[in-house]
Amino acid sequence: MSLFLAAISVLASLLSGLAALSAGPNGLLRRGIRAWGQAFSSHYARVNPSLTPGRFSRLARTIPFALLGVSGGFAVLAGLLALHDNSTRTAVLPFGLPWLNWHLALDPLAGFFFCVLGIPLIAVSLFGPGYVREFEHGKHPLSVLGLFTGLFVAGMELVLLADDALLFMIAWELMSVASYFLVAYQHENPTNRRAAFLYLLMAEIGAIAIILAFGVLAGFTGELTFGAFRGAVLNPLWASVAFVLALTGFGMKAGLVPLHTWLPEAHPAAPSHVSALMSGVMLKIAIYGFIRFAFDLLPSLFWQWGVLVLLIGSASAVLGILYALQQQNLKRLLAYSSVENVGIIFTALGLALIFQSSGQLQLGTLGLVAGLLHGLNHALFKSLLFLGAGAILHQTHEHSLENMGGLVHRMPKLAALFLVGTLSIAALPPFNGFVSEWLIFQTALQAGSIQSGILRSLIPTASAVLALTSALAAACFVKVYGVAFLGLPRSRHIARTREIRHPGMLAGPALLAACCVLFGVFPMPLINALGPLTQSLTGFVLPNISVLGWLWLTPVSPDVAAYSPALVTLGIVAVGWLCYYLLYRRTGLEPRRAEPWDCGFGGLTPRTQYTSGAFSMPIRRIFEPVFDTRETVEEQREGPANTRITRLRYQFQVFDRAWVALYEPSGRAVTRLARWVGRLQTGNIRTYLAYSFCTLIVLLWVVS
Amino acid sequence: MAWLVAIFQTLLFIALAPLLSGWIKRVKCRLQNRKAPSLFQPYRDLRKLYRKRPIMPYPASWIFRAAPYIVFASTVLAAATVPLVAIHLPTARIADVIVLVGFFALGRTFLVLAGMDIGTAFGGMGSSREMTISSLAEPAMLMAVFTLAMSAHTTNLSQAVSFVLDSGLVLRPSFVFAMGGLILVTIAETGRIPVDNPATHLELTMIHEAMILEYSGRWLALIEWASQIKLMLYGVLIANIFFPWGIAQTFTPDALGFGLAMIALKLAVLAVVLAFSEVLFAKMRIFRVQEYLSFAYLLSVLGLLSHIILEAVR
Repeated sequence: MSLFLAAISVLASLLSGLAALSAGPNGLLRRGIRAWGQAFSSHYARVNPSLTPGRFSRLARTIPFALLGVSGGFAVLAGLLALHDNSTRTAVLPFGLPWLNWHLALDPLAGFFFCVLGIPLIAVSLFGPGYVREFEHGKHPLSVLGLFTGLFVAGMELVLLADDALLFMIAWELMSVASYFLVAYQHENPTNRRAAFLYLLMAEIGAIAIILAFGVLAGFTGELTFGAFRGAVLNPLWASVAFVLALTGFGMKAGLVPLHTWLPEAHPAAPSHVSALMSGVMLKIAIYGFIRFAFDLLPSLFWQWGVLVLLIGSASAVLGILYALQQQNLKRLLAYSSVENVGIIFTALGLALIFQSSGQLQLGTLGLVAGLLHGLNHALFKSLLFLGAGAILHQTHEHSLENMGGLVHRMPKLAALFLVGTLSIAALPPFNGFVSEWLIFQTALQAGSIQSGILRSLIPTASAVLALTSALAAACFVKVYGVAFLGLPRSRHIARTREIRHPGMLAGPALLAACCVLFGVFPMPLINALGPLTQSLTGFVLPNISVLGWLWLTPVSPDVAAYSPALVTLGIVAVGWLCYYLLYRRTGLEPRRAEPWDCGFGGLTPRTQYTSGAFSMPIRRIFEPVFDTRETVEEQREGPANTRITRLRYQFQVFDRAWVALYEPSGRAVTRLARWVGRLQTGNIRTYLAYSFCTLIVLLWVVS
Repeated sequence: MAWLVAIFQTLLFIALAPLLSGWIKRVKCRLQNRKAPSLFQPYRDLRKLYRKRPIMPYPASWIFRAAPYIVFASTVLAAATVPLVAIHLPTARIADVIVLVGFFALGRTFLVLAGMDIGTAFGGMGSSREMTISSLAEPAMLMAVFTLAMSAHTTNLSQAVSFVLDSGLVLRPSFVFAMGGLILVTIAETGRIPVDNPATHLELTMIHEAMILEYSGRWLALIEWASQIKLMLYGVLIANIFFPWGIAQTFTPDALGFGLAMIALKLAVLAVVLAFSEVLFAKMRIFRVQEYLSFAYLLSVLGLLSHIILEAVR
């Protein structure tokens, strides 16, 4: 049943792509309806003037998204059912190569990720119709966008369903290539083309690594199904080779440092609802792949792998957030923050690997649960923030934080929703981001139960890095909210912005915000639902997690740590309301509106308020070595002896160190190699004849 | 009964916090050869502010209005989770010490947002500085707390305190490091000299004050009160974790009274130490604060590592 629902979900997303295609300017749907309209217009024109061009384009916009919503709904249903049933449904499709049928399977792990995919997808399907309206009269047909969105979603769902390496890779490539076209959608802009090319390049390198990783397993088993892989007998060396290849491949897609550089380029280039899907969901699919490979397919785990994952995860977390802090482009900032969150998830998975390989199954399970939970939470709040950024973009056509400001007055509803996302991603108590980070800290604090002294000191150091990361994340998102939504509008068109009118564009983010609060306040049912999943992966279910009842989280035991988000929320609301009642209701003194005091300086203008660059300047100076900064000041002087400065131009840019250290050298090496190989091409016919002659001689020699 | 004690203790916390500030101010004045104000001056200030009608600047949004309540509520909840006169309170199970750090972060976030809400340069400056300092201080504090948590095998504050009580007076290197780190963090997070100077309104020195410049009346009273509670909270944390003797382990009136007397004594002594340090040191430049806080971070991490290497019983 669950597999059937999942199949419907895949079909619905494929249909959504087809519907978008056929709704194009000369598409089947439009032609058919036009013909129908011409045939019946004489009869129905007066009675039923339903298909006016405006209405039709609204339908053409809505139907693909409605189908995506259906797909999302079925995905959630299928996922919930798979988690609830605690069993694996499999099927063999009669497609594929003659001797290689496609295998499908839906187990609790895939089911959980179906939920991770489904909720943001529903939100996107609500948000999309309003958002894409402005593309309608642009250069690029909506049908292309709709088609590739549908294929992209179908690809992601098929990755989750795949039960053999062949189908997995086909689905993986479908996902990658479809999203390439989405990134390249507005290709008149050279930066977008560059971003798309970089994305495709890195996606394919990652895919090759994954194929090789599967190849190692297939080499030992002679089959391509995951069922066969699970029984593979590998020596530690080959297992490690497979593991490192998988980590590279999936890590490249997930955006681990230093393989993250495509993210900050691709996310701003894609339309916002697609960035929400890419950042919120596609990165999670990569994490799914990693979990599937490491925890499910590989027969044994080694603690060295855990250390590797922990180190890379911590580095990604702290570097991601440090770079995010320095961004002025809102979507770039969000992309870097995804690098951070993926780093946090991998930190948790690294802890899980270490604990599990040292025989601490319960703690390993806890780490896995924490990582999965953070994955879901990130999918929720990052999609919310990307949709919020998209809504701002839609209303103001503004990417840069430096030009925003004061949006809380112009878009109050969106501001409230965005605040929920901000507080969630900053990991503040009653919200969902805090729960998962708390669980990761709790996992790390159990490091004392490991034998090896090196590991015992490594894990707390990693948790120190995590603590720094979460504090910096709070600074980063306070900056985003403060600069974009609070204060005075920094440009004229921002001051004239209006609240979003399209109800769906608010409903999508609202759904995600509600989930953020819900999973933050009541995380227990969610963690309990993960039981079958951990049972199937680690053979362990957290025993004490709900000892004190469903309001309490007790990861290890009530004496070690307990947290009750619901009671905390109740307490904050109660105390806050009591204060409000005593101070405001009882005294009845209405606050007086006045000019800001500002230490008596007066003359408050938008130009005098702190900018995003100014806000993060102290942190940039403190972490100077991490950044590759270029700062220039141009002065224009006049007057006697050039003493009077008439014009001052300050320019400041932060570049990613990974470019300088890794990508530019390898790019140069490839160019040099190409130039060297290019010497073959002399353009002289005699040389080519000589090549043919030599080749012929060699071939004859080989044959004889 | 236990819940009653917990609520009573929280109320006591809220009620006594201004007294501690008054005491610090008094000691400081005496050390500087100034005439000291009454011990109850902070209460009078709060009452005065409470009676005044607050002013809401034109560009302010609802965040500016909501922030004082959220700041106060999160601080009160933080106070509820810290054992003041007794341990084994039910509130310790609702939130552990990581959540306590989270409460501080929640209050701070709203304060910082409120600072940016008006769009004044001062507000933004204070917000930026506060976030910078806290993003360095928070991990240092977490590390100090983790040292304790790993020694006591719990992040539950009550359990941790009773662990220290049970194990008696053992000079653990990890605790010494952690205490050093926590004291440095306390000074930074409560906005005291040498990191911040709460008594001035100068552009060069303001951090905390710059964010709340626009607040007045009842809202300012709430914020001031919350920061007094926060100061006392950190004091109680240091006093009860590292010197827990005298804290009530049963809910009898005698034990509770003794616990109250002991914590009052400990806080009074801590306040004298704080006042001395404030008189002896000058305020640092903002970019020196990072060195100070990295030192705190280093101390805490050293504490953790020394626990793992030297003390962990295997």
